[in-house]
Amino acid sequence: MSKILNVRNLTKTYTSGNKELTVLQDISFEVEKGESFAIVGPSGSGKTTLLGLCAGLDRPDSGEIELCGTSLTPLSEDERALLRNQKVGFVFQNFQLLSTLTALENVAVPLELQGNKDASKLSKELLDKVGLGDRFHHYPSQLSGGEQQRVALARAFSNNPSILFAYEPTGNLDEETGKKVVDLLIELNRISGTTLVIVTHDMDLARKTERILKLKGGKVIETQKIG
Amino acid sequence: MKKNRTSAGFKWILKMAWRDGKASSRKLMLFMASIILGIAAVVSIQSFSNNLRENIALQSKSLMGADYIIDSDNPINQKVSGIIDSLGGANGEEISFASMAAFPEADKTKLVRVRGIKGDFPFYGDLETEPKEAGKNYQNQNAALVDATVMLQLGITPGDKIKIGNVIFPIAGALKSVPGSSGVFSSIAPPVLIPYKFIEESGLVQTGSRIDYKYYFVAPPEMDMEKLDKDLDPVLDAAEADLDTHTSTSERMGRRYENFGRFLNLVAFIALLLGCVGISSAIHIYIKEKLKAVAVLKCLGASRRQTFLIFLTQIAAMGLLGGIAGTAIGLLLQQLFPLILDDFLPVAVDVTFQPGIIFMGLLLGLVMSVLFALYPLIGTLYISPLEALRVQGKRHKKSKRAGILVLSGIFLFIFLFALWLLEDPQYSLSFLLGIIITFSVLAGVAHLFMAAIKKYFPTSWGFIARQSLLNLFRPENQTLILVLAIGLGTFLISTLYFTKDLLLSQASLDDQASSPNMILLDVQQEQKDSVASTIENNKLPVLENIPIVTMRVESLNGRSVNDIRKDSTSGINGWILSHEFRTTYRDSLIPSETLEEGIWKERSSAKEYVPISVSRNFADDAKVKVGDTVSFNIQGVLLETVIGSIRLVDWSRMQLNFSIVFPTGVLEKAPQFRILTTKVPDEESSANLQKELVQKFPNVSILDLRQILSVIENILNKISWLINFMAFFSILTGIIVLIGAIRTSKYQRIKESVLLRTLGAKSSQILKILALEYMYIGIIGGLSGILLSLLGSQLLAYFVFDTTFIPSLVPFIILLPGIILLVLIIGLLNSLSVIQSPPLEVLRKEL
Repeated sequence: MSKILNVRNLTKTYTSGNKELTVLQDISFEVEKGESFAIVGPSGSGKTTLLGLCAGLDRPDSGEIELCGTSLTPLSEDERALLRNQKVGFVFQNFQLLSTLTALENVAVPLELQGNKDASKLSKELLDKVGLGDRFHHYPSQLSGGEQQRVALARAFSNNPSILFAYEPTGNLDEETGKKVVDLLIELNRISGTTLVIVTHDMDLARKTERILKLKGGKVIETQKIG
Repeated sequence: MKKNRTSAGFKWILKMAWRDGKASSRKLMLFMASIILGIAAVVSIQSFSNNLRENIALQSKSLMGADYIIDSDNPINQKVSGIIDSLGGANGEEISFASMAAFPEADKTKLVRVRGIKGDFPFYGDLETEPKEAGKNYQNQNAALVDATVMLQLGITPGDKIKIGNVIFPIAGALKSVPGSSGVFSSIAPPVLIPYKFIEESGLVQTGSRIDYKYYFVAPPEMDMEKLDKDLDPVLDAAEADLDTHTSTSERMGRRYENFGRFLNLVAFIALLLGCVGISSAIHIYIKEKLKAVAVLKCLGASRRQTFLIFLTQIAAMGLLGGIAGTAIGLLLQQLFPLILDDFLPVAVDVTFQPGIIFMGLLLGLVMSVLFALYPLIGTLYISPLEALRVQGKRHKKSKRAGILVLSGIFLFIFLFALWLLEDPQYSLSFLLGIIITFSVLAGVAHLFMAAIKKYFPTSWGFIARQSLLNLFRPENQTLILVLAIGLGTFLISTLYFTKDLLLSQASLDDQASSPNMILLDVQQEQKDSVASTIENNKLPVLENIPIVTMRVESLNGRSVNDIRKDSTSGINGWILSHEFRTTYRDSLIPSETLEEGIWKERSSAKEYVPISVSRNFADDAKVKVGDTVSFNIQGVLLETVIGSIRLVDWSRMQLNFSIVFPTGVLEKAPQFRILTTKVPDEESSANLQKELVQKFPNVSILDLRQILSVIENILNKISWLINFMAFFSILTGIIVLIGAIRTSKYQRIKESVLLRTLGAKSSQILKILALEYMYIGIIGGLSGILLSLLGSQLLAYFVFDTTFIPSLVPFIILLPGIILLVLIIGLLNSLSVIQSPPLEVLRKEL
């Protein structure tokens, strides 16, 4: 199996007032293609920063990230955006649907960015798959939390990504809805064969992946393989 | 990677802009409304000015009634007569003068402009009369045509009589319009047309009468008017006559109206700028709300350029739509102007739609909204996609260079637009500086106000008062934009009010007993005693009895006027050389005069080098100083004088002022006439005196200053109506900006009020907090606007009107409370939903 995400000696510091705060320190790990992987840790452990760096949303102070065979270091912001559009999918904690776009339009955005002429048709199929075939023209504010996250899942898979980053995907949902969304996420992932990276503090969710990376105070404390 | 952009092209950007805009349409509509009115104002004025200019040019011949005119205020000399002959002789002639006319049927008298016409004048255009045929027949019927308004005022009908001098004419009809009589002057001395042959018989052409001689010409179509003007005018000028072609007259007239149009256009442009400031502030909040969506789009793979273009396209489309709506409203509005300004306009204006103006309106909408939205829009470029994951504490700051570039772009555009309107770089720069200063002062006041509250926060005040003050400088407060909008609107209105005050106070009559309000002109020397006793018999005082001697300058410091005319480097103003001066003699200065240089001579017995006193403007224009010599030609007799003193004359006073004053003892025996003044207490005694004077002394013209003042007031009222109309756009724009500013900060307010209510605050307390907040803003905005206009008017009074300015209290006691009340009402009406929102609804959204 080839590596889809290769992180080497990653360090990131932020300046807060006069203080320098090291958020991540010398992080290295690899994710295999098709693997499901979880990054866990308590609040302030550096999970969000690590996800942001892995997806090319921010730049590290030092270290190297290779995503889908491309080193992120020399890429400009727009080049990294292009890479995300072609290879990466996202699921966010608070769904992050565009409030002024309908469910269908939200799902279609990544496809439209690729210039895909069948964007609308493919998006309808995806919404059907997540059980929202009757909600195409609803705006996010007209949908429940679970429905919104299902639209977000459809959007995340719409560009047929090689790797999908899910950031606390159940964080804003009740237990029952959260469970349904996770099942759907894993099912979609299984069908499409996408690599899945979940960032969460929920160990139950993490255990549904193949491997867990535990962070604390900006450092890797353990990498655990799930039976 | 070979390419750094996704495959989605401009079509996708348009699609996204449309999708997002559709959902935000209510907010965008409000932004659009901010510029619609400004554009409507600019387009209506600009379009109407253009139409007026074009109509004046198109109707130039009918405005004059001929192709060109030779005119003089003296009977023409041999040289002019020769020129007229060489041009093939005049096609028509006219002698005109102001005179009193009596209307026996109405038992009334009135000052009119008598125009004795020979030939088929007008050669272009029509004498519009009622009945229609009167214009053609009055010459054959030996009848008169009388101004239609006069006939209406005095209740006269065709067939009644008019007495002019010694002749009584039947009135053939009412004169509605005649080439060569402009609106404003014809309201003081309305025109009466009579056949030329009766001028002599009327006995009104006497010494001292101001008489105008005109020779009308019809030119062959191939004649070049400009060349004719260039060739003949200097020659005629030397012979004390003048040439006016229809083209030069229409250009001059067009320019006069154009200047007024430009002024109004600047007022309209300020309304547009105010709207743009509103746009900038609203877009700032709008984009702030969109930043999260921008971060998500970037996460999904959209480039910086793509996300920037989505919102730029939205703003541009909004600007264009605003431009279309504003232009359409402007084009409709301009149809109203001819109705309002009817008496003012020299021609009937045929309003047309001009593609150039329509293009300007659309361009203004597009460029102004994009320019003013650009700085907040730049924010989208700097937002990190990481913001989709969490709120970042530290945001990338927008580049300073980008801010400076945008600001420079705005200033450049304002300057260029002003330059296009004014065609003068210096004025345009002053306009730009004025705008910058006004905006800076108002913004400075708002900042100072906020800083002062922060620093000296009244911690001992009650909860409501403290909370309302806190609102003024909370994050995302609208204090600055509201103070700007209210301040600028108030500034415009009160400046217009103060300026009108200034103009009226200049024209008003002193109410003192010694100030005359009736002037009797052209009183012959032998009539002076009997005219004076007629006045006194009516139990009225003769306030002044001023002798007038007419003369022309023959030479200055020994150089003849002909020599000076040939010397283009002399710098001496032309009017000095050709004007017929009305001089007087007296032994003392009058209140409107102050001695600047030299010695005032009361009496002189000198036969040569008589010491005279000249006004400052005469000295400047003639380039003479105390001790210089001036030779005058008094009806053929030369008199050598020396400048003994120079006086500063306040010409703005409604008083008889003179450029040249002789000492007593010199001109007593020269041919002269008199001007007598009196003060009449009321309308009735004025009418009685006028009637008696016209009967006994038909050659005497009577100026009733109260009547003239009411004409001036009427004109000023109309002008101020138009200016108020323009200021109304600013106010309306200000109100829209106000509503916009309140709406954009509404969510913030709802959240705060819900929290307060959850913590136990009553609706009435929240209402009081909001009311106090708007009251503070209204007071600070309104007051700074009025104070700024006070300063502006003071400068205007000092530099332009040269007078002292005593501000009236009206803006303070009416405008200021009015503005505060308006802000309060608009603020509270738009905040009703803040008070009415159920707390749970908001809290749920927040969870």
